[in-house]
Amino acid sequence: MNLVLVAEQTLNGLQLGVMLFLLAAGLTLVFGIMNLVNLAHGALYMVGAYLAAYFYQTTGSFALGVLLGLAGTLVVGIVVELVALRTLYERDHLDQVLATFGLILFFNELIAILWGRSAIYSTLPPYLTGHVELIGSLRYPLYRLVIIGVGLAVAVLLWFVVSRTRLGMLIRAGASNRAMVAALGINIRRLYTIVFGFGAALAGLAGLLAGPIFSVQPGMGELILIQVFVVIVIGGIGSIRGAFAGALIVGMVDTLGRAFLKPALSAIISPAAGDAAGPALASMLIYLLMAAVLAFRPEGLFPSRGS
Amino acid sequence: MHKFTRTVILGLIASAAFAALISTPAFAQQKVKIGFISTFSGPGGVIGTDMRNSVELALDHLGRKVGGLDTELIYGDDQQKPDVGKQVSDEMVKKHQVNFVAGVIWSNVMLAVAPSVTQAGTFMIGTNAGPHQLAGAGCHEMFFTTSWQNDQTPEAMGKHMQDAGINDVYLMAPNYAAGKDMLTGFKRTFKGRIVGEVYTTVNQPDYQAELAQLRSKNPKAVMVFYPGGMGINFLKQYSEAGLRGQFPLYSVYTVDELTIPAVKHAALGQLETRYWSQDLKNEANVKFVADYRKKYNGKTPSFYGAQSYDGILLIDSAVRAAKGNMADKKGMIAAMRKADFKSTRGKFTYGQNHFPIQNYYLLKAVAGSTPTSDPVMEIQKTVFTNYKDSYGKDCKMKW
Amino acid sequence: MVAILLLLAAVPPVAALLHEPFYLDLLRRVMIFAIAAISLNLILGYGGMVSFGHAAYLGIGAYAVGVLSHHGIDNGWLQWGIAIGASALVAAAIGSISVRTSGIYFIMITLAFTQMLYYLGVSIAKYGGDDGMRLNVRSQFSGLIDLNDPAEFYYLVFAILSLFLYLSHRLVNSRFGLVLQATRLNEARTRAIGLSPYPYRLAAFVISGAMCGLAGALLANQTSFLTPEFMNWTRSGELMFMVILGGIATTAGPLLGAAGLLLLEDVLQGWSVLPKWVHEHWQLYLGVILVLVVLYAKRGLAGLLPGNERDD
Repeated sequence: MNLVLVAEQTLNGLQLGVMLFLLAAGLTLVFGIMNLVNLAHGALYMVGAYLAAYFYQTTGSFALGVLLGLAGTLVVGIVVELVALRTLYERDHLDQVLATFGLILFFNELIAILWGRSAIYSTLPPYLTGHVELIGSLRYPLYRLVIIGVGLAVAVLLWFVVSRTRLGMLIRAGASNRAMVAALGINIRRLYTIVFGFGAALAGLAGLLAGPIFSVQPGMGELILIQVFVVIVIGGIGSIRGAFAGALIVGMVDTLGRAFLKPALSAIISPAAGDAAGPALASMLIYLLMAAVLAFRPEGLFPSRGS
Repeated sequence: MHKFTRTVILGLIASAAFAALISTPAFAQQKVKIGFISTFSGPGGVIGTDMRNSVELALDHLGRKVGGLDTELIYGDDQQKPDVGKQVSDEMVKKHQVNFVAGVIWSNVMLAVAPSVTQAGTFMIGTNAGPHQLAGAGCHEMFFTTSWQNDQTPEAMGKHMQDAGINDVYLMAPNYAAGKDMLTGFKRTFKGRIVGEVYTTVNQPDYQAELAQLRSKNPKAVMVFYPGGMGINFLKQYSEAGLRGQFPLYSVYTVDELTIPAVKHAALGQLETRYWSQDLKNEANVKFVADYRKKYNGKTPSFYGAQSYDGILLIDSAVRAAKGNMADKKGMIAAMRKADFKSTRGKFTYGQNHFPIQNYYLLKAVAGSTPTSDPVMEIQKTVFTNYKDSYGKDCKMKW
Repeated sequence: MVAILLLLAAVPPVAALLHEPFYLDLLRRVMIFAIAAISLNLILGYGGMVSFGHAAYLGIGAYAVGVLSHHGIDNGWLQWGIAIGASALVAAAIGSISVRTSGIYFIMITLAFTQMLYYLGVSIAKYGGDDGMRLNVRSQFSGLIDLNDPAEFYYLVFAILSLFLYLSHRLVNSRFGLVLQATRLNEARTRAIGLSPYPYRLAAFVISGAMCGLAGALLANQTSFLTPEFMNWTRSGELMFMVILGGIATTAGPLLGAAGLLLLEDVLQGWSVLPKWVHEHWQLYLGVILVLVVLYAKRGLAGLLPGNERDD
């Protein structure tokens, strides 16, 4: 096995990991603080991708498209919270799963009405295209390095907000004891709206970053949503630290599993076994991991303190 | 509420719903009903739109009357899923009681749809997918296709690469019925070394991990099959990863008039093999391409559209031969076997298994007329003349 | 309830009279999903176990029929027996781990196992993988029942549905069912009176899986085609929706829910009387209806039926 290949696949895993983190951060906070299972989180990812592609097309500026897309998803998130989700916080998980499942159908169709059912393909501006020569013969797409950079920067920023600011203190307090925060005279409803809005914006950010390299289509959120749930369950619900660790673990396990499991099994057992079991096992790997975590450490690897 | 009242209300709702369900309009005689199945959602949606546009153009050219009869067209979206396709076709056959089911892009969908349509005694006119199962022992007198058998196009590409003396080829295709046919076909005519053969998940958005694997094998050339939206993602990522300069890329059904507008100059110089091209100079094709551009603000049709246009003309020829008697299935089969219509590919004949015997060309994406316009596909040379597929000999049909 | 069953029993002759074979198909599909929904209601409604992976057993049941048929075994007794047995076994394996958890963890772990089975189905090229496989011959019952006859198949599904409605009603009101409901309502008290919830929950989980497996075997025969999509997580979501729409923890609920959802789909989608913007984008309205039902109509369609109040 050559080192360049391992390095490149590790970068790929990292890139998938930071994408998952952007989605998982909002989902895990909403889950931890409002106790809401939000299946429609993937829809916000889709909204971000569409808005950015749309604004990029109309303004002709990629940066402006990103900014407006981000702002737009924030607004959509806040509206959804105020109109639909607010009434769901006190309901049980079953109701939440179903109502947000309904929201998925609603958003997918709304997008289909506005932009059609076919996938749309946005492009990258010239300054983000092309590749960079890293060590040796390793060429890596510039844009994917940008994604990794943005993801890591957001992680640092979130860490700062959550652990060093007053808002972060409230968020942490809300995750461990909601009733107490409310009792201390904090406007918990407003806190909820803020948290949900920013979670939505982060999901939108993931979507608009993914747009130019993948296809933008109705239902794109569901393809990644389940993986995001795996991330937050592995990391521990309500914990940003857990979401980060979980995202990197899932990103790496999934990418490296797809790349190396088949050759590894072929070498260790037999080529036939590698061919037969490799791909199957590779796609099941993250779910195996999640089931194992749930069975042995149901609170996740990095449970949020106090819950 | 009083229990009795509730029962009455519920009973009324139930009977109203039931009555509504079964009250479909009465049969209209002397009418052609065609159910057209394609993919109108997701990454395959670009293909479905082109097919529907071409079907509508064919109807325009026929004065909205197929075979001189009033025509009803019902479109169905298979969402690129075999089970959905089957459900849609069952509905067309049983609920709408269509005379013809046509269309179908994906071979796996076709394998689910075609047998149940033909078993019900309804015609199946394929206008894209050509899985080998339906060309060999699984051939059927009610099944015709206006496209090709999957293996043929990559066979032409294999022949070209073999003749060009290329060696150490790396193969990639999505993991479904057609992907397997494509690579089987390529290996039938290409006899050089193959350094890798990778199947990816259908519609997977990201090929980065597989491209890294490809680079590590250091092949002399790459041959892929990525139709529709998959091709757009693949070509973009292939260029972004800097592989375009490193490994020459050959493809089938990947670079066409639908993917070029999305990938633009990343397609320049790309070689493909195909039975049709927009620059084929026969009368029917010149008219088809020109009218398509006129009707759909300057867009160029693709082979998916050309086949679908042909599909409607094939049906038209059958209904005319049967003099509008939709019960005369024998007569319509006999008429369609003659392929007696003005096809966009020029004159062709049908093989024993109802798959076309036709020419295959080498195409290249060359620069457009102005520096800013997209590349266009043009014919370079003929690879095969009147080429028959490799499975027809297993077809037991006699005529 | 009896009125609905009588109405369903009258469908085949009426459909034959009107030359509308499609509606026989549609209602058969409704009843098959109703059987699956009944099985889910058992654990979700009465047992309080929110399984987000119930489509797994639909898939196992379907693949039991498909795989055996692929190897030339068309005997229906054997196929359906294995469908039920395999589903029960898998449910026992999944249940033994997941029933220990509760709340969101239960939802996630059932989802995880179903995803694994889904990817297993996708990866096994021998049985079609992603492409799925055709069922060339429907299950054979030594000449007793011919599933190729639409009406005979219809009445068989109808009989199984009626039987399952009766069985689930009996089960829920048996001592076992009462303990199961007690574990949902108050686990601590159930423990306090000396009953461990685990075996009861696990047993319910296995029974439910086995019932759903039979629904899967029926579904494979209904479509004559099977793909891993049968086990997609959105299918699990649909089953949950049927249970909720019909009325959770009610006897008639699952049937009403399955009928409500599938008929609504058919009407919104294909009823040409409705304006184009309705049937083009029917999922939009379905989504809105779903949210409204969850928010405001807790007792579902069964709440409309006389004598079917939720038995808490």
